Amino acid sequence: MEHKNCVLELRDVSKSFPGVKALDRVSIRFRPATVHALIGENGAGKSTLMKILMGFYTDYAGEILLLGQRLTHAGVRQALEAGISMIHQELMYVPHMTVAENLLLGREPASRFLKRIDRREARRQTQQLLNQVGLDLEPDRLMKDLNVAERQMVEITKAISYHAKIVIMDEPSSSLSQHEVERLCGIIAQLKDRGVTVIYISHRLEEVFRIADEVTVLRDGRVVGAARVSEIDADRVIAMMVGRELADVFPRRTRRPGPVILSVRNLGRKGAFHDVSFDLHRGEIVSLAGLMGAGRTEIIRCLFGLDRYDQGQILVNGKEVPIRSPADALRLGLGLVSEDRQTTGLVPCLSLRANITLSNLDLCSWGPIVSWGREEKLVERMVGDLRIKSPDTREMVANLSGGNQQKAVLARALLGEPNVLLLDEPTRGIDVGAKAEIYKLMGRLAHEGKAILMASSELPEVVGMSDRVIVLSSGAVTRQLDRDQASAANILRNAMAN
Amino acid sequence: MPEHNIVPRDGNAMQKYGLVIAFAAICAVLSIRSPAFLTPQNAINVLRQISINAILAVGVTYVILTGGIDLSLGSVVAVTGVLAATFAHPDTYPLAVPIAVGILGGVLIGVLNGLVITRFRVAPFIATLGMMTIARGGALILSGGRPVSNLAASFNFIGNGSVLRIPIPILILAGVFLVSRFILRRTTFGRYVYAVGGNEEAARASGINTHGIKVASYAICAGLAGLAGIVQASRITTGQPNAGISYELDAIAAVVIGGTSLSGGIGSVTGTLLGALLIGTLNNGLDLLNVSSYYQQVVKGLIIIGAVILDRRKRSR
Repeated sequence: MEHKNCVLELRDVSKSFPGVKALDRVSIRFRPATVHALIGENGAGKSTLMKILMGFYTDYAGEILLLGQRLTHAGVRQALEAGISMIHQELMYVPHMTVAENLLLGREPASRFLKRIDRREARRQTQQLLNQVGLDLEPDRLMKDLNVAERQMVEITKAISYHAKIVIMDEPSSSLSQHEVERLCGIIAQLKDRGVTVIYISHRLEEVFRIADEVTVLRDGRVVGAARVSEIDADRVIAMMVGRELADVFPRRTRRPGPVILSVRNLGRKGAFHDVSFDLHRGEIVSLAGLMGAGRTEIIRCLFGLDRYDQGQILVNGKEVPIRSPADALRLGLGLVSEDRQTTGLVPCLSLRANITLSNLDLCSWGPIVSWGREEKLVERMVGDLRIKSPDTREMVANLSGGNQQKAVLARALLGEPNVLLLDEPTRGIDVGAKAEIYKLMGRLAHEGKAILMASSELPEVVGMSDRVIVLSSGAVTRQLDRDQASAANILRNAMAN
Repeated sequence: MPEHNIVPRDGNAMQKYGLVIAFAAICAVLSIRSPAFLTPQNAINVLRQISINAILAVGVTYVILTGGIDLSLGSVVAVTGVLAATFAHPDTYPLAVPIAVGILGGVLIGVLNGLVITRFRVAPFIATLGMMTIARGGALILSGGRPVSNLAASFNFIGNGSVLRIPIPILILAGVFLVSRFILRRTTFGRYVYAVGGNEEAARASGINTHGIKVASYAICAGLAGLAGIVQASRITTGQPNAGISYELDAIAAVVIGGTSLSGGIGSVTGTLLGALLIGTLNNGLDLLNVSSYYQQVVKGLIIIGAVILDRRKRSR
């Protein structure tokens, strides 16, 4: 029997999204009663893989074998019934229900007649489940009153209670304290003893090496390495994660920093980041690097006035300035390309044209009246300059490709001729050609003397584009690296330190 | 000159032509069935009948474009009508006073709505639902619960007079429509209204004072309701504290039939006007055909729901 040493096997699993190959013939074997870590950079394909396993995506190529049998699950419910449970990164629970109600949601003990819920029995079952994992919680407490770690533990309890053969944990430790991580490790060991396979997705190598028995590294949708943890070390894993040579998509630039234009002194926002200080020179590209939740986006948002900072100062051209709203930031010569063009960047139902001129309508209006002629001219210039492809500038922006949408957001920021450009994930979700164009443009803008602050989770672009890298971990700067020190491995090492 | 600069060409054209075709079809059927339908006099009747609803609908289009809603309009019609009427007794104030008082009263209520929604982050539905009751109470308090009658002839002329044989309410509606069309299509303010409704976060990140835009939209909306209140009071030569009940729903219905999205960012006052015309024409035609008004309500309801289903279909493509 082959499945004696393989509870779950992926064979040549591939999955494409429009324009991106998210998974490319991924084959992995998961052995019973082991902890199998799955690691890789953001966008390596981990989440897609897990979503396939959980039945969120059913249109993939290749096959999945559970205990030697081909799995043809048509949805999440089937995955649960097949014995696969997942603890999500974003917890899924009903905040206004109690711990017991959440744990037993969908399978409450109920009377035969009228399906009245038997509260006493529910409490008993809940207590039993909680005892199993050694969680000391009152079953009647409301979910919303628990802290994040407690909620996470409840979710784990729930996942286990489905008698799962396979439990997937997606970054389970990201919101846990050291003490709670200990308890999580204990629970994972217990699960292993009971013959459960744990698929553990994490960025934290230290934990991976402590908990896992085996590790598989994904990069760009492919498996680039798999090994027993006892036979590999952290440096080797980092090398595999980073791997790729820096392609020639990055323009050659000579660094010519001018005077300081933006300074940040001990900037902080409660719960997001603290004591962040750095200078940004004209003609310079500086990156904010760090893992998810390190505070990159939050810093950019505060600099642009989208969120308030409650600590420290921002100086533009050496003068302290309060930035309380995006209007303030724009007046001071800052421009923003925000992280998520769909939710914070574009107005999807408006035309390409209206989106580009949105923050600079005064450039093409007489008093309160917009001059369509002048607007068209301005927009035509930007569209030509950035090579935005659209049949007509009156086309609805939602109908453009991701790359062109991203360029539209850039065009809006550039129309105001900012001196400082804040770019948050400037190339997320766009194809390689468009990426290369944006990199080239960034090079040109820096050459023209603009200062660029980029927040990015993609290490190759951080390494390929930056004059300096500010590495963040848990909301604090751990290291500032100059270009010659800013290797991917070095950045990753500092980003994972805390 | 580009036809439409803000809202993309395709969807908008479809939506407009769809409405125009529906409207033409209804007119064709009605004129075959009833000889009285396609006469200039009847056309003027229809327009006069819809004028109050259409003014309200144009106003609430601003609010709905920002992604909001205003349920207080019917009560605003009552309170501003009463307010204007109390200043419109013969030989007291010049005509400008009741007009100014009525409109400004509406604007004030709109500003309050806007502030409650933006400063205190109350959902528009709730805020204006509250205002609906408050304004109705205000109308009853101001009038002591009794109709305010004995109004000056000059005031009554607004709702009942004609200029060049066109009733004044129609002229007011035409003015309101043309000015609003200009504001929403050609001015920066209009652009920001669409942007706030289309994606408030992106609008804010573009340096737009989103709160200001919203407050102004509610103010314009209620200000136009004040104007409608004046027309209404003048038409019935009385300030009626019980006037305007459920007018807000008829106005919202016209907006929705006109293709403006209740989630904001998409739509136009042209659509709204067509929507109001469609409802008015249908009511008129069914009257001429002696269809009971009970059935008319059912038909109106079906059209509202049908319009939204079509809209949903169009957008999911």
